[in-house]
Amino acid sequence: MEKLLEVKDLQISFQTYGGDVQAVRGVSFDVFKGETLAIVGESGSGKSVTAQSLMKLIPMPPGKIIGGQILFEGEDIVTKTEKEMEHIRGKEISMIFQDPMTSLNPTMRVGKQIAEVLIKHQNMPKADAKKRAVELLHQVGIPMPETRVKQYPHEFSGGMRQRVMIAIALAANPKLLIADEPTTALDVTIQAQILELMKKLQKQTNTSIIFITHDLGVVANVADRVAVMYAGKIVETGTVDEIFYDPRHPYTWGLLASMPSLESSDHGELAAIPGTPPDLTNPPQGDAFAPRNQYSLAIDFVKEPPIYQISETHFVRSWLLHPNAPKVEPPEIVKKRMRKLPSSFEQAILVKEA
Amino acid sequence: MLKYIGRRLLFMLLSLWVIITATFFLMRMAPGNPFTSEKKLPPEIEANLNAFYGLDQPWYAQYWDYLVGIASWDFGPSFKYKSQTVNDLINSGFPVSLTLGIEALLIAVSFGVLLGVTAALFHNKWPDYGSMVIAVLGISVPSFIMATLLQYIFAMQLKIFPVALWESPMHTVLPALALAASPMAYIARLTRSSMLEVMSNDYIKTAKSKGLSRSAVTVKHAIRNAMLPVVSYLGPLSASVITGSVVIEQIFGIPGLGSHFVTSIQNRDYTVIMGITAFYSIILLVCVFLVDIAYGLIDPRIKLAGEKKGE
Amino acid sequence: MDTDQLRKEDFELVGVKIEETEKISKPSLSFWKDAMYRFRKNKLAMLGVLLLALLIFMAIFGPYMSGYDYRTNDLTSKNLPPSAEHWFGTDELGRDVFTRTWEGARISIFIGLAAALIDLTIGVLWGGIAGYKGGRLDEVMMRTADVLYGIPYLLVVILLMVVLGQSVGTMILAMTITGWVNMARIVRGQILLLKNQEYVLASRTLGATTPRIMARHLIPNAMGPILVTMTLTIPTAIFTEAFLSFLGLGLNPPLASWGTMASDGLPALRFYPWRLLFPATFICLTIFAFNVIGDGLRDALDPRLRK
Ligand SMILES: Nc1ncnc2c1ncn2[C@@H]1O[C@H](COP(=O)(O)OP(=O)(O)OP(=O)(O)O)[C@@H](O)[C@H]1O
Ligand SMILES: [Mg+2]
Repeated sequence: MEKLLEVKDLQISFQTYGGDVQAVRGVSFDVFKGETLAIVGESGSGKSVTAQSLMKLIPMPPGKIIGGQILFEGEDIVTKTEKEMEHIRGKEISMIFQDPMTSLNPTMRVGKQIAEVLIKHQNMPKADAKKRAVELLHQVGIPMPETRVKQYPHEFSGGMRQRVMIAIALAANPKLLIADEPTTALDVTIQAQILELMKKLQKQTNTSIIFITHDLGVVANVADRVAVMYAGKIVETGTVDEIFYDPRHPYTWGLLASMPSLESSDHGELAAIPGTPPDLTNPPQGDAFAPRNQYSLAIDFVKEPPIYQISETHFVRSWLLHPNAPKVEPPEIVKKRMRKLPSSFEQAILVKEA
Repeated sequence: MLKYIGRRLLFMLLSLWVIITATFFLMRMAPGNPFTSEKKLPPEIEANLNAFYGLDQPWYAQYWDYLVGIASWDFGPSFKYKSQTVNDLINSGFPVSLTLGIEALLIAVSFGVLLGVTAALFHNKWPDYGSMVIAVLGISVPSFIMATLLQYIFAMQLKIFPVALWESPMHTVLPALALAASPMAYIARLTRSSMLEVMSNDYIKTAKSKGLSRSAVTVKHAIRNAMLPVVSYLGPLSASVITGSVVIEQIFGIPGLGSHFVTSIQNRDYTVIMGITAFYSIILLVCVFLVDIAYGLIDPRIKLAGEKKGE
Repeated sequence: MDTDQLRKEDFELVGVKIEETEKISKPSLSFWKDAMYRFRKNKLAMLGVLLLALLIFMAIFGPYMSGYDYRTNDLTSKNLPPSAEHWFGTDELGRDVFTRTWEGARISIFIGLAAALIDLTIGVLWGGIAGYKGGRLDEVMMRTADVLYGIPYLLVVILLMVVLGQSVGTMILAMTITGWVNMARIVRGQILLLKNQEYVLASRTLGATTPRIMARHLIPNAMGPILVTMTLTIPTAIFTEAFLSFLGLGLNPPLASWGTMASDGLPALRFYPWRLLFPATFICLTIFAFNVIGDGLRDALDPRLRK
């Protein structure tokens, strides 16, 4: 498979009164053509900041990309100017935001908000763009698109607005679509419809998707691969099967354990991860997750864990994979699901010192 | 929308009624007023006068006549100058005041918005600080001090503009500037904060994520939304321009309605004070009303909700 | 250090250390401390505080400094320019402008404070009760307020001054008779926002009485916007006082207020500019000080900026 996006050791911080918030602390991942990568993690783990930096949408200042590269089709986005970014945003990469209630301009007709993209990136004359906007609305499943294009966002329901956002995002056939918690603000049935729509459209257009969420249930439904993020770092990446059936990082276990699953009727086992995420102005020494980790080792409080490779596609940042580490049992609810995957290596391979 | 207009209209009429009624009864309480004849006049003259002003009627009849009079655009006579009615004063003075007011309004809005937008676009850089220093000064210097200052510097010292009176367009520059200064400052600040607020909204991020240029984002998405609070400020703004003109006209010797108002206050010409107050109230409330309607036209959300959001 | 050289003890299982997560997380500044911190960082606002402190100091002690009285005429020394003798010069009756300026500061600041306090009292009661009780009472109270709000402020003030005569008392009355409406609306808005929040509901289920809930929870939390509105009422009052004086509706002589001094100084501008200059400058400085303090407070108290 061909790599579309390659993020290497990305570091981003925000200057605030209280000091620099190190929101993203060395994140690396790839996105291949046509696949869906899910990024999961608790609130504040830096998912949105990572996502927005891919389009250079983080406010600078206070935000700053301190280091790393974002290679999109081999070209580094970090060094691009605002003018150059205009040809990438909306055309090559586009984005859907979490809250459909606020992400559309309240005083501009919906049709015009879609047409803008077409006029900008496909040099369409106004009239054609309007026509195409109707088609797009139809495509994202909005009934009576001819009347709907002339309406304002407040005349649409939340789910409808998110469909409009999808129409805007896909108008110029981008190669990468970033969806930042696109369904979090919607109720469950609408959520499912939006996910179906995104899957359907992805099939038609072969767009790559980065799907951000803190809901692992959604992940299983849409993603090919998953990256688990904690406190500005990726702690585990792997295919959906690897993350669900052979997770190795205690944080991933925690997330899986706290996920209400349909298979298990036994809800008593649901367990939230104790404590709160660390303050990123002053990230703790060693593993940021250690204080909340029931499997933490003495060394976790001192030294950043290295990365181990479990299979061709599966990477984990944890001391538990060190040969000297004690063998620990994941929580019952996670263990029940665990199975041996054929792709795993005999032994975890140390790939990178911290 | 109709319901919205209806509600606004109702409140406007209520406010108007309250102020006209209050004026009417307040004026009857005022010391040395025509309605409590303290003056030593020969009885037959007094009877004549009373008949002329309708004072021989009971108060409720007078009140009713007054309301009917105003409803039929008759603001009553002058108590001091028998030959003159308030309508005469309005007809001669208001066009002048209106010209001055509109000129000031245009200056205030155009420069205010310009300063505010500039400040917001260069947030925390020197154009921001510069604009805001101008704005804070504009707010701190009351219009009558601004007027005197302008008059002193540009008319008396530099002799660029005429000192006073109302004869040519050149005569209008200084008073209009003086009148515009503090509303301009308010608009600048309002525009700035509303721009900053709008710029932090998600839909601006959406607009950027479409690949629109900075200028397109600003002009097509930010400014229009940022103008909403500015538009709703235009009502109070016209009020402050109209009342502000009272002093400005006085300082520049402009024969507008404001000057007549001041003269009537100084002469304690109660019927005129009453009439001009009623007229001013009508103008002001109509301005506010029109602005509300205009707001409803600009903000598409109002049509459905029937009411301004956040109210 | 190579990973293989790590000792066995390093891999001892430790488990959850929740105290660590709490220790690490940001020391939680109380809201007011946090706001104070931001306010102090605002240079313009601090300049305003400094100016205001100076003005208040001079309002208290200024009138005794020059040794002249604010009301004694001295026809032998009319319209003198500023000198060692008369620091700010003298006026058309030979009175010391320096003393009169600080006498005027007292009046202006007094009027401003009184108007702000009265607005505050009525506004908080009206808006607080309307917002807290809700329902029909709220509807009636706020519609009344709406009607009053529609009445142009300066016109009311002018009318009342004409009718009631010119004194400090009537001036304050005239300014507050519709002035409180703004405060009432703001308080009501805040109360509506806060009243359904959990801690208020909680104390209500615990049986707290209405006045108690208002005093303990609602008012303190609505304090920010109230404070800002108050800070901005004061310069409006000072401005209005001066404005009335220009219309000949100011305080009666020999009382010195900045407004009367400025309007008396106006006709003499060409020849004796100091008579206008000093009161005018201090009007501007005071309004400036209150405005920047108000802005500073608003920025400091805006919870949206709180991180
Ligand atoms: N403009 C900003 N200024 C200061 N700090 C910021 C800014 N934007 C984000 N941060 C900080 O960066 C960190 C990561 O935020 P981010 O929004 O990426 O979290 P997230 O994982 O998307 O969480 P959520 O699930 O709540 O959306 C947070 O600690 C946040 O406070
Ligand atoms: Mg987010």
